[in-house]
Amino acid sequence: MKNFAQLFAQLDQTAKAPEKVAALVSYFESAEASDKLWTIAMLSRRPPGRVLTTAVLRKWALEYANLPNWLFEESYKMVGDLAETIALILPPAAGGEEHTLSYWIDFARALAENEESEKKHAVFKAWSYMPPDERFLFNKLLTGGLRLGMSQKLMIMALAQHTGLEENLVAHRLISEWSPDESSFEELLFQGEEEAALSKPYPFFLAYPLEQDPQKLGEVHEWQFERKWEGIRAQLIIRQGQLFVWSRAEELLTDKFPEYHSLLESLPNGIALDGEILPFKDGQPLPLNELHTRLVRKSVTKKALQETPVIFKAYDVLEWQGSDLRTKPLTARRELLEQLAPAGEVLHVSELLEIESWEEAMQERDKAREYHCGGLMIKRKSSPYRSGRKQGDWWKYKVPPFTIDAVLLYAQRGDGRKANLYTEFTFAVWDEEGQLVPFTKTGSGLTESELFELTEWVRKNTVERFGPVRSVKPEFVFEIEFDGIDRSTRHKSGVTLRAPRVVRWRRDGKVEEAGRLTGLREMLK
Amino acid sequence: MALLEFTDKGIYCPQANVYIDPWKPVSRALITHGHADHARWGNKYYLCTHQAKPVIQYRLGNGPRIESVAYGEERTINGVQISFHPAGHIVGSAQIRLEYQGEVWVVSGDYKTEHDGIATPFEPVKCNVFITESTFGLPVFRWKPQREVMQEINDWWRGNAKEGKTSIMMAYSLGKAQRILKYLDTRIGKIFTHGAVESVNKVLQSQGLKLPPAPKATIDNLRNGMESSFVIAPPSAVNSNWVHRFKEYSTGFASGWMAMNGTRSRRSADRGFMLSDHADWDGLNEAVLATGAEKVYVMHGYTSQFAKWLNEQGIWAAEMGSEYHGEQSEETHTE
Repeated sequence: MKNFAQLFAQLDQTAKAPEKVAALVSYFESAEASDKLWTIAMLSRRPPGRVLTTAVLRKWALEYANLPNWLFEESYKMVGDLAETIALILPPAAGGEEHTLSYWIDFARALAENEESEKKHAVFKAWSYMPPDERFLFNKLLTGGLRLGMSQKLMIMALAQHTGLEENLVAHRLISEWSPDESSFEELLFQGEEEAALSKPYPFFLAYPLEQDPQKLGEVHEWQFERKWEGIRAQLIIRQGQLFVWSRAEELLTDKFPEYHSLLESLPNGIALDGEILPFKDGQPLPLNELHTRLVRKSVTKKALQETPVIFKAYDVLEWQGSDLRTKPLTARRELLEQLAPAGEVLHVSELLEIESWEEAMQERDKAREYHCGGLMIKRKSSPYRSGRKQGDWWKYKVPPFTIDAVLLYAQRGDGRKANLYTEFTFAVWDEEGQLVPFTKTGSGLTESELFELTEWVRKNTVERFGPVRSVKPEFVFEIEFDGIDRSTRHKSGVTLRAPRVVRWRRDGKVEEAGRLTGLREMLK
Repeated sequence: MALLEFTDKGIYCPQANVYIDPWKPVSRALITHGHADHARWGNKYYLCTHQAKPVIQYRLGNGPRIESVAYGEERTINGVQISFHPAGHIVGSAQIRLEYQGEVWVVSGDYKTEHDGIATPFEPVKCNVFITESTFGLPVFRWKPQREVMQEINDWWRGNAKEGKTSIMMAYSLGKAQRILKYLDTRIGKIFTHGAVESVNKVLQSQGLKLPPAPKATIDNLRNGMESSFVIAPPSAVNSNWVHRFKEYSTGFASGWMAMNGTRSRRSADRGFMLSDHADWDGLNEAVLATGAEKVYVMHGYTSQFAKWLNEQGIWAAEMGSEYHGEQSEETHTE
């Protein structure tokens, strides 16, 4: 497991994507095929399952190390990760056998069959072979928490480099149903060439944010106006009777959205639509974050389908009867789109807005929130479907974000790498009775040096502790920005925010002058 | 009256009227070693080991009176026998032994039990009362042998050199800088130092320490093929404009705190190496046992935890007041 531990350390030590990719490529060059396969599995959300609970592992570690529980607790507080704490407090390894990653995975899984005391004995023995960095990974394997610091996207890049295959193709191969137990590295990557070409999406054309005065875009009649829907940008492709859904990050999402399977019947073969996956219920879009559970879960539950159904809001047609339409002007593609894709339950075509002047465009943008939208999309009627983010033809004209001044009330420690820093903060506003009511939690927007400074301050100004969370003296005011706000019965404040982030630390801000809950409720309208 | 008392100026021996590593000016100070948080400005008289004196003299200048003794040599002040014994922390570092009317106290200062090939190796001293540091007093701190860490550092250098990157190692200018320098593989490339490191090197070389050549990283030197070289600089320099003279580089940081993933990633260094001039958990425990002390006082770092642990092992122990470790956060305590 030495080379795997080395890979883990390299991924942990750099935040630079090219270095991560290089580290994985060099690991692939030297690792055994079965180890490569497991590494790919772990990096594509197919980790080996949990064999032991952390509670059991911790109990055994105390026994093996012969340390009192309180000392373990103190160490854990310092380290911030249970598997790592255990790895470090055990007596130094006696050394011995070196085995591969897949050997230890099989070893861990074989444990499940054993009696409690046999399991313990086996784990003790394994610990005695390994230095701390390998023990740490082994502990993570046992407790089902092994995560490598790398996205699936980067892994695909590395795998493409290693195998000489195209990234698209690799992505496609990995999306199918597979497990390291049933296929080999060769089978997984080098079979089914044609099928991959079949699913291939077009590069997305991305709009540029419009920051100038829209008047400067010239004649208003040369432009097409639509609402800017807040979903997941995607391409929906049907070729040879098969459906594929690709996200903008080139992730295959077909299995996450079974709703779309009905489109196989209503849409013609050989078609590629550009649009938005939009959570939608009772004639209205739902907040995007409600889709989150669907995206992270391996399988989609019935409950999720009922609670957050989705539609596909189509913007454009890129392929028809198997031929590429991207060089045709937008108006021609739009006409075809309206013919091809009559509105149905699941498929909606993004409505065009009748706008005669730039003033109207501005007014329409400002009304975006009534439609649960983020603003307007302004597209040149004659534009081809380009690739990537290009200025000139497609613009997103976003409604300005909401802002409110809020008081810092709780701080929560990060995990893993950031265990020693407070990274998530809960902010509050004043209610009618003059109490501070928490209304949002975020850490984004704060710089690293602000996090260090806040961490230092939080330590000294803690009022109460609740596990990893501390309440702090209401002393600091931050300006919070967010794209949307929704009613919520699950929160004390009665609201939930979309994309909250900190824009600035108002060092001169007075707590008494922070925002009011009534102000937030106003924004709901 | 106890032989040593804990006062707001530092550890004090009323019988001999001397302080040990005081942090406020006093008339007579016994100094365990030359790090700035132990050998402070403003005292009238300093007593340290022969090996520690040059650095202390270099830092404090010619103003104060600085006397020195050999390891094990005894001085008697008003009936108190005082001697200095190797602590293994850095060159010239000492534990200070005080004996009066048959009672022996030892102040460990900073120490490590691993022989680093530069500092005179740590020697346990029998005593009744032992005042120990506990910078790394938790069982998660267990050092790898120095040769393994040096191999990691040399491998890192080799890898950077291959990519045409300069390796910049952040290390305290007194202690870890020389320890790393001494064991670098000079076949890989040239070694340069920051001015602060170079001046300490000169002082130590003049007292006989053998080190590979490591001239100052001046702009002129940089022109002559600096790409694959190794540079040793204090952490403060690497976070300043000084570092802008290098083009492509990777930074390393060597510290006991690098034992953990969390602190490794918090450091703004590309690589962390676990190397400390303090005793690890096993070192602290061995050291305390070897003194045979009936009473142990604990200062710096994880004081309450280490004291509680010792009590559970049947050794009377107490942590010293917060003023003995609170003035600097745990992490800035000089290694």
